[in-house]
Formats: sequence, structure tokens, C-alpha cells
Amino acid sequence: MDDMSQFREMFFEEAQEHLETMETFLLDYDPEGEPDIEALNSVFRAAHSIKGGSDIFGFKAMTGLTHVMENLLDSARNQELFLTNDLITVLLETIDLLKIILNNYHEEIEIDWDEVESGKTRLKSVLQEAHDVQKEAVQKSPVQEEASELTASDAEDEGFGFFEQEIVDANDTELEDEGFGFFEQEVAGSNDSALDDEGFGFFEQETEEINGSSGLEDEGFGFFETASLEEETAEESQGYGFFQERLETDMASSSPSDQQSKEEIHPSQGNQMPSAVSTTKLTSAKEDKTPVVKGKAAAESKSSESASIRVETVKIDKLVNLVGELVITQSMLNLIGSEAQESIAEKMQTALTELERNTREIQEAVMSVRMLPISFVFNRFPRLVRDLSNKLTKNIELVIEGGSTEIDKNLVEKISDPLTHLIRNSVDHGIEPPAERIAKGKPEKGVVKLIASQRGGEIVITVSDDGAGLNKERILNKALEKGISLPDPLTDAAIWLLIFAPGFSTAAEVTDVSGRGVGMDVVRRNIEALGGRVSIESNQGVGTTFEIRLPLTLAILDGMCVENASQVFVIPLVNIVESIQPLESQIKVMQNRQLLWVRDEYWPLINLEEALYGGQHPVNISESIVVLVETAKRRYGLIVDGLLGQQQVVIKSLERHYRRVKGVAGATIMGDGSVALILDIESLVSSQSLELEEEIDHVILT
Amino acid sequence: MSSLPNSSAVHSVTKEFLAFVLGDETYALDIMSVKEIRGYEPVTKIANAPNYIKGVINLRGDIVPIVDLRIKFGVGEPSYNEWTIVIMLNIKDRILGIVVDGVSDVMNFEEEDIKPAPEFGAAFDSRYLDGLAAVDDLMVIVVDIEALVSSEELGLFDTVDTV
Repeated sequence: MDDMSQFREMFFEEAQEHLETMETFLLDYDPEGEPDIEALNSVFRAAHSIKGGSDIFGFKAMTGLTHVMENLLDSARNQELFLTNDLITVLLETIDLLKIILNNYHEEIEIDWDEVESGKTRLKSVLQEAHDVQKEAVQKSPVQEEASELTASDAEDEGFGFFEQEIVDANDTELEDEGFGFFEQEVAGSNDSALDDEGFGFFEQETEEINGSSGLEDEGFGFFETASLEEETAEESQGYGFFQERLETDMASSSPSDQQSKEEIHPSQGNQMPSAVSTTKLTSAKEDKTPVVKGKAAAESKSSESASIRVETVKIDKLVNLVGELVITQSMLNLIGSEAQESIAEKMQTALTELERNTREIQEAVMSVRMLPISFVFNRFPRLVRDLSNKLTKNIELVIEGGSTEIDKNLVEKISDPLTHLIRNSVDHGIEPPAERIAKGKPEKGVVKLIASQRGGEIVITVSDDGAGLNKERILNKALEKGISLPDPLTDAAIWLLIFAPGFSTAAEVTDVSGRGVGMDVVRRNIEALGGRVSIESNQGVGTTFEIRLPLTLAILDGMCVENASQVFVIPLVNIVESIQPLESQIKVMQNRQLLWVRDEYWPLINLEEALYGGQHPVNISESIVVLVETAKRRYGLIVDGLLGQQQVVIKSLERHYRRVKGVAGATIMGDGSVALILDIESLVSSQSLELEEEIDHVILT
Repeated sequence: MSSLPNSSAVHSVTKEFLAFVLGDETYALDIMSVKEIRGYEPVTKIANAPNYIKGVINLRGDIVPIVDLRIKFGVGEPSYNEWTIVIMLNIKDRILGIVVDGVSDVMNFEEEDIKPAPEFGAAFDSRYLDGLAAVDDLMVIVVDIEALVSSEELGLFDTVDTV
């Protein structure tokens, strides 16, 4: 059953997505406002798909739990139950539990049934409670009340029991059609607002009947609920067929006749070719996703299946590598083309220009395949903030902006942990308790902002809060206590950077949220490992902002090729401020070091040859080119022999076959096949020259 | 049972070695770690590298380091001409090239042909030697190339540094 394992994988992936969908919708749900039926429908559908899918694979723990959940959601979307904040919390906890169970099934770890049972009980009890409370509060019609009670007790409790019984009944194929027909009718009813109450009532009654005895409805319902793998393939497919119908009915109950005909087709297909079962299964899961976005349109166009495909990342990585090689070959051709004879030179040039454009487009297209919106990472934070603020009894709102900013897939996975740390930090240490905020004259509700944007070749992510700000005194005391050497001079920026030192935490008390001081140094390490930088801005009483800058992609870089001592180097374009040919009068000397006076600022000069290979290499600066470069921490002028031009280069790792080299970010292959080093502006200069730089800052400041 | 007393000798593992020359000495390394043999070509110097690491070259899209063992161990004259040979090695999934004065032969040694090396005598530390083997009058120094290349002394790979 190799096929089966493949579909299992599929199920795990999709279930994961469904769970995330549910979480997102629940987090967005406003318990105080008008019930958002559309959102509830989406959550319901997601729960339902998981239930269906898990049942197919015999994951009883998931099926049971989602069934109870589904009941609750069903009453909510039929407006018989109002989702309160407490209810949402329980639902979110259930989603967490489902995630654990899903993982257990995936890793084939024993399921903790006690946990599952208690999860179910918890759900049921809140449902019951909510019903009791709301029944008293809102005087409902008798029909509704009856229905609610049933939802709370009978339907759930029996959830599993009856549907095992159903499987037996399900073998009876003759009754299928009636069963289904009935069911469809019921759904159609429930979608129609006028018939809402009756429709639902009917549904509940039906359930009751099922519990009591067998009947026509019995089978119908059974089919809908069941699709157990242990059954014969035929049953499976029939069960399945119905399941799918059900989804479609849900989406667009407007065309019942259409479904009626499909319904007839499905079971027979299943009977003839067992393999078709699995295919249909996948289809349904996909179709189920689409309505979230497209709504009813999804049901009309079957083509939505082919709108996206899943591809292994390895394949994409290979494509990216190949495109890298193509870029190199293309620049190789450019080089040869420039030597072409008069007669063909012009044609050659046109063709080469065409090739260059095409190559660039291919490259962009391939890179875009790897790009994901950063909301993939951001979406998990509303939950984090909600849970944390509940736990800390703070009132905090998370504002997310720029979720559609695209970022390389590799970065998406790796940026999640650092961001989690920063947000926890803001929530726990940044935002003050409500009483303190009011005392300070701030609004009671604290705001944590998470903003992503693209600036040039960089992605900038900021995490800011309107909390107390960093406490300079406490940081300094802590640093002394921990024996961390203090920076000199003590600028604000330098003090803030102290919190990134290992083992540093200024929280007065360690909570289980944060404060153990393991986080911040890991944050910086992780970000720097991605080629990014992090900086802090903080104002006492106003708030703290962490700014993370990341490269757009890890594979290709826009660079300036420079020549020095007949060797070619690449300087990342993002670091370059400008390149100048300095005049004698602009060069000053301080402590035997040369400085360049440009744009009303002194720039320390670094001799590239000396920085890379050591020793003394005196150059006549006024005959060289100075490239002014800048990073978050440093700025200086780099002395080189000449500029060769701007070019896109493919970053090749030196570590693959060698090791990391200070001052070098990687290597690339030039058009002629030779290797050029890509300079790492940040680590190129030694700490000595940095000291000088700071002194200069100091001089300018004082 | 006792009918085959010499079975171990008869079925002894024969390994193939590539013999190369450094100065006046003949060395040999396990041929399984050899990827290819090519002529010396200009390299790109690397920053902050010891002098025996000549630089890196482009080997069909891979950036690989070139090490001159003659400089590292002070044998022979580090000269580069059209006869200078680079042996490209593939060790632990990493590629590197070593510059040698020449490649002489492929030799077959059985395990007991390789005698333990004395503590001195070869330019290499005995940690990186499998031993000595005699071929007619010639003494061949069998190098444990994997140990040599991954040694901290050569500093080719990052030591356990998981930052």
C-alpha cells in the first residue's frame, strides 16, 4: 500500500493547513460583534475535512475530537450558540490538541487517549454551559432549545458509537440514494436563512432517530459520516463519494440537480476501480480549501484543482542552482560577444541583449517560486500574543502590516524563532501591566506592531511596542553584575546592544514566558546567520523597536566588481554609498590613520589589500578609487585600484569545500570562469579600525 | 578447520594507491579518495589563509580550495609550471586539490605490505601516515589522506563551530 502512505502524507499536510485555517479564523473572530457566518462556515468546513480525512485513515482520536468540535461549530453557524471568548479559547486549545494528535499519528507515536477524552469532555462541558447560559439570557423558540440540547448531549455523546453502527448499515447500497437525497435536502434547508431553524431542527431530529433505531435517514447520515478504511473499497468509495457531495452541497446548494447526477456516478466509479477512491479523496480536500477564498465560484469550476501543485523543495533548489549556472554562462557569452568581428558584432549584440533579458526573467521567475508571503510566519503570532496576554493579564493588541511581503522560503523557516522571541519579549517586558499604563496616562491597551516591508534588496521587519522602553540603568547594572565589558563610548545604541550578550536578562523576575536571558543572544545569532542584522531603538516610557534587516534571497546578489592588485572582488551593492576619486585635499591624518573628508563627514580609510592579506601595502590614494561603504554598524572608505562595473553574481558558498573566511561573504564565478571573492563589509574591518571609527563618531559628537 | 591456516593471507584485502612525488620522496594515497588529476591553473587568493592554501578554483561550478603540500611540509620546491600536477580529492563529501610535483603510478598494496612508520623520517606527522611500503628499492610513504585533510593542523574545514 505505498499509494496509501503517499495519501497519508497528503492528509497530514492538508490537515495541518486546515488546523491553521481554523486558528486564523478563530483568532479573527470578534465575539462581541455580529456573528460572522462566513468565517464560521470556513472553520466548520476545515473541521469537517479533518474529520472526514482522519476517518478514512482510521485516526479515531482525531475523528472523535473534530466531531464534537464540528457540532459546536455547527450550532454556532446556525446562530443557536454565540461564540464567547471562553468558547474560542477552548476551541483553540482543542486545535492545539489536534495538532499534537496529528503529529503523533504522523510520527506513529502512541496516542494519549486520556488527553483526547478530556479534550472532548472539556468541549462538551463548555458547550453545555454556553447553552445553559445563553438559553437563559435569550429566550429562544422551543424548537431551537430542543435542538441545542440535542447538540450538546445526544449527538456528541453518541458521535462515535452510532457511526460505527452506521458502517454496517452502509453496506446496504440500495438505500444510499434516498439517504443522500434526504441529507442534501437538509443542507439546502439550512443554507436558506428563512428555513434555517426548521432545517436545523430537522437535522437534529434525524440524529435522534439514528440513535434510537435504524431507518432511512439512518443510512443517509451514516454515509455522510463514514468512510472507514477498514471497510471494503466499495463502501469506502461510496462513503467517500457522499462525503464529497456533502462538501459541494455546502458550497453551492443552488444546483441540487447537478449534484444528484454526480452522486449517481461516484459510487459506481468506486466500485469499478478502487484506485479512484484515493484520487477523489484528494480532490475533495483541495476543493474544500478553495471556498475560503473563492466562495461559491469554486463549486462551479472544477479547474481549481490544477491551480496549484505541491513540489518538493529539492526540485526547486536544483532549478535555482541551474539558473545560477545559466547566469554565469550568460555573462561568459557576453564577454566573448564583445570580441566578435565587425560583420556580426551588431547581430551578436542584439542576440546577447535578448539573452540577457530572458535570463534575468527566468531567474526572477524561478526565484519567485521560492518566495512566500511573510504572513506564513506572521500568522502564528496573533495566537501567541493572545495566549500570552491572557496569561499575563495584560491587554495587548497585535498589529500586523505588510504580511504580503515576499521572502525566500528558507528565510521564512528560519526567521520564525527570532521573531517569536522578540514578540514574547515585547509582550512580557515591553508592555506594562494595565494599571501601570493607566497611571502613566497611556491607553490601557498596549500595542505590539509587527511590520514587514521591502526596501531595495532587503526585507525589513520591525517589532515595536508602546511599552516602557529599555531601562538604561538596569542594563548597565546587569552588565556590570555579569562582568560584561562595557562599550566605549557609552552611546545609547551601544547600550541597547548589550541585551544581545549571552545570558543577559533584565527582567526583575523570571516568568515562564521569558526572562531567562537565553533568547536575545540566540535572536541575534540566528539573524546574523541569515546574513541579516538587527538594531534597537528605545525611548524610556515610549517604547522599543527592534529592526531586522534580511537579504531578499540567499542565492543571488547585485554587486559592484572592483579590481585590486589584479584580483577581482565583488562588493554587495546594498553596502555601497558611493564611489569617488579622492582629491589630495580631502585626505586627513589622525593617529597615523588616513581619513577621508566627504559630505561633511570623516570616513576612515581601509586598504583592501591590507584588510584581506595583512602587511603593509602603501598606495597613492589620490590615484585610487575609494568606495564608501556602510553597514548597520560601520561605515568606511575602501581603497581599491579600480571599478569594473555592476553585475549580478551567484553566491557560491566557500564553506561547502573550505571554511568560513573573515571578511568574505562567499565567492562567485565570473564570466571568464575565474573565481572572485564577495566581500563582507561588516566583518572585513578589524576591531582596531572599528575603535578608530567610534572615536571619530565621538569626536564629531562632542 | 585447520586446513586453511593461511586463508587470511590469501584473501588479504588489496587496496589500490595513487603514488605521487613531493621533492625526492614518493608518497601514496588511497585511490578511492581521488576525484581527478589535472594541471595547475591560476587560483584566486583567499583572505586570511595560511601560505600553503594557494587559493580557490572553479571546478565546474564548485569553489574548491587548493593546498600546496610542498609548502606545508617543506619538501621540494614550490614551483608552478606546466608539469605541476593537482590531485583533486573527494573526502567526506568535500572536494579539494593538492599540489604535487608529479604523479608516478598506481600501486597495489596488501595490508601487511604496509609497515608501521618510525616516529621520524617523513615530513608528515606520523598521525597522518598509514605506514611505509617497499616497492623494489623504492620506499613509499602511505598517507592517511582523510586524517591529514580533516586535521585541525591544516585548517581546511571549520572546526566544530555551530554558530
